[in-house]
Amino acid sequence: MKLALPALTFLAVPLAAAAVEAGEPAPARQRELIHLVRQDCGSCHGMKLTGGLGSPLTAEALRDKPLEGLEATIHGGRPGTAMPPWKTILSESEIQWIVHKLMTGFPTE
Amino acid sequence: MKALLTLLVLFLSGCAQTPAIRGTGDLGIVIERASGRVAIVDTTARSVLARVDGLGDLSHASAVFSRDGRYAYVFGRDGGLTKIDLLLGRIAKRVIQAGNSIGGAISQDGRLVVAQNYTPGGIKVFDAATLELLSEVPTGSKVVGLADLPGQRFAYALFDAGEIWLTDLSNPREPRTQKFPAGRQPYDGLVTPDGRHYMAGLFGEDGIALLDAWRPEAGARKILENYGRGEEKLPVFKMPHLRGWAVAGGRAYLPAIGRHEVLVVDTATWREVGRIAVKGQPVFVMARPDSRQIWVNFAFPNNGWVQVIDTPSNQIVQTLQPGKAILHMEFTPRGEEVWLSARDDNMVGIYDTATFTRKATLAADSPSGIFFTSRAHRTGF
Ligand code: HEC
Repeated sequence: MKLALPALTFLAVPLAAAAVEAGEPAPARQRELIHLVRQDCGSCHGMKLTGGLGSPLTAEALRDKPLEGLEATIHGGRPGTAMPPWKTILSESEIQWIVHKLMTGFPTE
Repeated sequence: MKALLTLLVLFLSGCAQTPAIRGTGDLGIVIERASGRVAIVDTTARSVLARVDGLGDLSHASAVFSRDGRYAYVFGRDGGLTKIDLLLGRIAKRVIQAGNSIGGAISQDGRLVVAQNYTPGGIKVFDAATLELLSEVPTGSKVVGLADLPGQRFAYALFDAGEIWLTDLSNPREPRTQKFPAGRQPYDGLVTPDGRHYMAGLFGEDGIALLDAWRPEAGARKILENYGRGEEKLPVFKMPHLRGWAVAGGRAYLPAIGRHEVLVVDTATWREVGRIAVKGQPVFVMARPDSRQIWVNFAFPNNGWVQVIDTPSNQIVQTLQPGKAILHMEFTPRGEEVWLSARDDNMVGIYDTATFTRKATLAADSPSGIFFTSRAHRTGF
């Protein structure tokens, strides 16, 4: 089990609880994550996640892609592309939650 | 007497309908990205004059202005191209021109508006008056860094193909294009204020591709090669943006990629003459119009900071925290004030650039780009 150690040391306060429980992020953190994905992932993937410099992240576009691969991409980035690693910002369980939401249609803010 | 009264009534009601006569030199727009809306602003009164709705997906929107300063052309993410009448405060014309767009430019003579697109990759040329499609140049690659050059030419870079293309639109229905190898993954481009040199910043390797548009046949060469000195790159959570504002007093101030530094290049020799450590991954590195200061904002997670570099000494003279998620900065035409958009604070802060004090705050819904009509007369804007 790879634990989100960098996240714990880097941004300890808001992430610690979520990472330790490894369950769903708390509702307030969920709102932050939705904002982060729409706005900051959105700077490359588009606010509507329909793509830009980054590929589309709509449920439709991701349908046939394996979960683990998508999670690994968010965690470690994709070397040689513009997709950066988010492991210092997001815990494993937060990444899992984001991928789950992306696959099922990402909530709006 | 009755006739006179009628005349008076006619005159008054006429006044109520016609907007007051005014110029546009101190107007601009603020993109309110989450609501698909722009605010028309007055930089003298520091106020919002009107809001215009219905512009679609404005994530990563940008704008150029007609040379009479009356119309803004807004390029939206969803391929929407909207011509806004700043005086009447409404949409004059709107077309959906592509599936996924990233920006655009206006020709030297103001008659052509050109959009740069990701999907389908290429540029499209429109009549600036009617937005009629005149021609297109498919690239098979995402287009970045489109800039107008003198002589109805446009330079742009191909992210996937690693090339710079130079398209001559003297006959707008029959584009003529030259292609030059540039380097790995150009992410944006700029033309120097004199319209002579086009630079494409590279993401996939350390360096900047430089094309002399006076001698394009010589091809693009690389400057600032290996500025990272082989050190591991820091993550880039947002791509920097390049524009002619990088050039100040014979130097170009450029964002490093994956390093928290601004690189300084002498524009006579194109050699590095310095680097300035800053708070994060620089996104916009913008010279105040008089070249005395450079203002820098940063990528997530350092996007709450703004730093100011003094150009004679290359020292940071001010570090500000103007708000949450500072996405963009725009100077008033001669630079006594700068407007900063704070996306997550839903406001635009207006700062005095001499004292660094805030003069005013305007409410705006998730503001991103700020564009003033003074761009209308600058090459590369
Ligand atoms: C600086 C630009 C950038 C940012 C910011 C960014 N991405 Fe990406 N992302 C990319 C690029 C480019 C790709 C495509 C990589 C490739 O070509 O394989 C990508 C690919 C992906 C993929 C894989 C999609 C697939 O179809 O395989 C996922 C998932 C993803 N990004 C999620 C995210 C999330 C979540 C965030 C925010 C936490 C984010 N990205 C932020 C640029 C970015």
